[in-house]
Amino acid sequence: MTGRPIVVVGGGQAGLQAALSLREHGFEGRLDVVCAESEAPYDRPPLSKRFLAGTAGTDDLTLRAPAFLDDRRISLVQDTHAVAVDRADASVALSSGGSLPYDRLILATGSTPRHLPVPGSAHPAVRVLRTVDDATRLRTKLQPGSRVVVIGAGFTGLEVSATARGLGCEVTVVEALDRVIARALSRPVSEHLLRLHRENGVRILFGRQVTALDGVPREAAVEVLLADGTRLPADVVVVGVGVRPETALAETAGLDVADGVVVDEHLRTGDPRIHAIGDCARFPDPAGTGSLRLESVQNATDQGKYVAAFLMGADAPGYTAVPWFWTDQYAAKLQIAGLTTGHDRCETDGDPASGRFSVRCYQGGRLLGVESVNRPADHIKARRELAALRAPAAAAAAAV
Amino acid sequence: MAKITYSRTDGTSDTVDVPVGSTVMRGAVLNGVRGVVGECGGAGQCGTCHVFVDAGDADRVTPLHPLESEVLDTTAVPRRPTSRLGCQIPVGEELDSLEVKLPDYQLPPV
Ligand SMILES: Cc1cc2nc3c(=O)[nH]c(=O)nc-3n(C[C@H](O)[C@H](O)[C@H](O)COP(=O)(O)OP(=O)(O)OC[C@H]3O[C@@H](n4cnc5c(N)ncnc54)[C@H](O)[C@@H]3O)c2cc1C
Repeated sequence: MTGRPIVVVGGGQAGLQAALSLREHGFEGRLDVVCAESEAPYDRPPLSKRFLAGTAGTDDLTLRAPAFLDDRRISLVQDTHAVAVDRADASVALSSGGSLPYDRLILATGSTPRHLPVPGSAHPAVRVLRTVDDATRLRTKLQPGSRVVVIGAGFTGLEVSATARGLGCEVTVVEALDRVIARALSRPVSEHLLRLHRENGVRILFGRQVTALDGVPREAAVEVLLADGTRLPADVVVVGVGVRPETALAETAGLDVADGVVVDEHLRTGDPRIHAIGDCARFPDPAGTGSLRLESVQNATDQGKYVAAFLMGADAPGYTAVPWFWTDQYAAKLQIAGLTTGHDRCETDGDPASGRFSVRCYQGGRLLGVESVNRPADHIKARRELAALRAPAAAAAAAV
Repeated sequence: MAKITYSRTDGTSDTVDVPVGSTVMRGAVLNGVRGVVGECGGAGQCGTCHVFVDAGDADRVTPLHPLESEVLDTTAVPRRPTSRLGCQIPVGEELDSLEVKLPDYQLPPV
């Protein structure tokens, strides 16, 4: 496993990390990373935060210096799509017309924003945010006084709202459910974020459905139409209604796909020579019985590291990393250790009014996760606590 | 531009040119300096870009922030009076060079 070629499809967090870790583990063969984007691998989280605010530039996003990647003989095949996988021949066909042979193939194709399935959503004032290009173009629309309508009070939508307020825009958020980040956050933290947004002058409309976007194609502004008849005029509309995993390549290769490329505990697809990692992969939940697909830097980097260790012959037990995530909104740094979805009880430590507190979330007495606002030490300790809770289970599983 | 030297306890070191506006953490991570992890990408939230700045250099860098101090309480190698997070040390115009010492590890050993 040291000399044969490995191909990585997707030069995001996950794909880059896999390539870097393969070299760290001593892999000496040819290593190609096929990147659809023209930029070298970059950091996405600042796209809705510092980069959108204009306090960070493109240089601040680069994940590794080109000279360092050259030195590691990691070859970036930029501006190129992998269009098909020939499993019998073990090669990947490229949009450039060429193909790359592989001994092992790592799919790290990420995810793409969902669009709103309503009339008018193709209007040029309607935007999504995933790439540096999206962010650069959105930034020019966020002028003082611009009317911004954000659809979806999820992480991306709220970060964009906070940044847009900081730039002096008028911001309205439309959310179908009855609170912010309803699926992923405990009530106390969700309420805290709502309070922050309201204090900062964001208008949030709950329980509302968007039915159409009404605008003259060549005009800049558009109106957002809601089911209750409300019309919201907007200079720009940002759709933040979640992402879908980018699985087209896996599907055409005949691999199992179910809201993500389905992999086993070694992050391996049904074809033992093909792995999938990061936003695009659906993997067995190490803490439960079902499966998970996560969208975070932690998940992308830990899975990249895991797959490299696995391929380099570490007789590794399954992937068990504890998930963690962060979001920055105004002065609040929210960090989540574990996954708190599905908790039946939570305990708040500290006073939310002070802007510094943690919420511990349990299910049937078992700690699922901890959400910390401006309490970074709680977060780091919670990650260790959750890892320790997982370790005996992993050790027991390895023993059988 | 500042020349940042990252020294490890095994006696090896790397020196990197880090542009103004970047940070001690980014200079290391971008160039693959061994001994700095930077898991959270510079958000000051993970404690894996722990470095030691000699007392004599303390006033040449930005002062310690309370949240940074809180993260330093959780680093894998326990903090010392000279501990800092590399991501919270920006390279300013006046900084021409700086040596930081790296702890033995950034993540708790498993
Ligand atoms: C605005 C924004 C803010 C975020 N904020 C946070 C945050 O605060 N904290 C956090 O933890 N996470 C955050 N995330 C999520 C995080 O960035 C992602 O989870 C992470 O980037 C996933 O990495 P990945 O490598 O799996 O996918 P990606 O980074 O999406 O990379 C996949 C790459 O593969 C390419 N690709 C796809 N198909 C092909 C093909 N056929 N051929 C060649 N290339 C292909 C894509 O073009 C893309 O460049 C944020 C994301 C966004 C968009």
